Amino acid sequence: MKITILQLFLHLLLLFGLSPLLSGVIGKTKALFAGRTGPPWLQLYYDIWKLFGKGLVLSRVTTWVFRAGPVVGLAVPVLAALLIPFGSIGAPLSFTGDLIFFIYLFGLARFFTACAALDTGSAFEGMGAVREVTFSCLAEPTVFFAFIVLARLSGSLSLDAMFGQTLAASWHSAAPSLLLILVCLFLVTLVENCRIPFDDPNTHLELTMIHEVMVLDHSGPDLGMILYGAAMKLFVLGALVVRLFLPGTTGSMILDLLLFAGGMLLLAVIIGVVESTMARLRLLRIPQLLVGASLLSFFSLILLLR
Amino acid sequence: MDNTVNFLLLLVILLNFFILGSSRLVSCIRTVAIQGGMLSLLPVLAHGFSGHTLFLAAGAFLLKGIAIPFLLFKAIRQVRIRREVEPLIGYVPTLILGTLATAGSFIFSDRLPLIAEHSQSLFVPVGLATLATGFLMLITRRKAITQALGYLIFENGIFVFGMLLTEAMPLMVETGVLLDLLVAVFVMAIVMHQINREFSTMNIDKLSSLKE
Repeated sequence: MKITILQLFLHLLLLFGLSPLLSGVIGKTKALFAGRTGPPWLQLYYDIWKLFGKGLVLSRVTTWVFRAGPVVGLAVPVLAALLIPFGSIGAPLSFTGDLIFFIYLFGLARFFTACAALDTGSAFEGMGAVREVTFSCLAEPTVFFAFIVLARLSGSLSLDAMFGQTLAASWHSAAPSLLLILVCLFLVTLVENCRIPFDDPNTHLELTMIHEVMVLDHSGPDLGMILYGAAMKLFVLGALVVRLFLPGTTGSMILDLLLFAGGMLLLAVIIGVVESTMARLRLLRIPQLLVGASLLSFFSLILLLR
Repeated sequence: MDNTVNFLLLLVILLNFFILGSSRLVSCIRTVAIQGGMLSLLPVLAHGFSGHTLFLAAGAFLLKGIAIPFLLFKAIRQVRIRREVEPLIGYVPTLILGTLATAGSFIFSDRLPLIAEHSQSLFVPVGLATLATGFLMLITRRKAITQALGYLIFENGIFVFGMLLTEAMPLMVETGVLLDLLVAVFVMAIVMHQINREFSTMNIDKLSSLKE
């Protein structure tokens, strides 16, 4: 399929424009449950704008690695977003085997974030880095199994085709496997973005933080880049879940776009509901849940191969 | 109709995983009860309405879904335990073993020389997987009550297997199995009460050492 400039433009516009809104929707949903007014819908846009206008404080012990962390953390979700279709708008960049590239792009971002945290020399940030890396390495097999199932269903090794037109037909032939995968990918979205059953993005209490602790020393534009990168990461992983949930196409591009945007906002509401109704899991239970998710996705593969 | 049956059987497998990974006794018992209740729908769904299947379904539902869970709930209330503290093998390894056993039973049942109408259905693999889950529970858990649960899951597996033969299975046999089960749980509940009173613990390890 030929990708026009218009599509590429739309892709980037959606990514850059819509991703901070998700956090606003989540915040509003949580506020609704708690009976508060909550922060404005566009709070994250204001935050990022404010941070980009601020100065930067750097610790004397840090090196270039510390500055590289946020940059990579912002660049990786943008690159990854180019590999996946948003709704039925095809991916601008696609080649055979890009699913592995997709997964390890996030591996790269994680490596640099963890290194930047270690670079500050603070034991506290090292602890956060250790947790982040542990949980991600437990979540990675789940993504792999899910992608293998989709690759097998679509007969292709590129993400664009795996999440492409064949998906709707696959729901008729292999609904149980796809349903399991949908649940697993949703869990991965939660753990990779440090949402509540795994980590609480709002806490600044020492023993409950995983991701937040790693970015404590960043300030100003660096922190802005981290916030923007995190919002885009949620958007990219959420886009996979939404595409799996709404596989069809309406034929008209405008309608498809609206459907996709609506799906993303619905996902944000669901995340908000999960965050309001569940408590954070004990740290010991998290690996158990992640291994369970991997096994579930493995089982969906068995079910498909049968 | 066939789709509903397969969906139910998949749910049974998911519940198996949940039981293996859960440490709270109350939710374990509840899950086993839900599993039994769902299985009692199977005879009607798989073989249509008739006096025989209705009787089977009603019997299974009353015993597995209501009576036995009620007894077990009563038993844990009496002995005041809430969770399995330290299983012989941890939860994550048990889950992995359970998944491997499930995968194995799917592969194994593909190789069995089944008759044509059964070769595509999920009855055989799900039956085998549930049997394996019951075995795992029996092997890995320490408390008498989780052992009883393992036994119940085991029976659920046999029930799934029995669905293949419902037409041929005489009512008496089925009734006998269900009655056995009820009596076994009764005995288990009484024994648990006694163990608890004698040793003030529920760990079955204590039973293997002799005492004056």
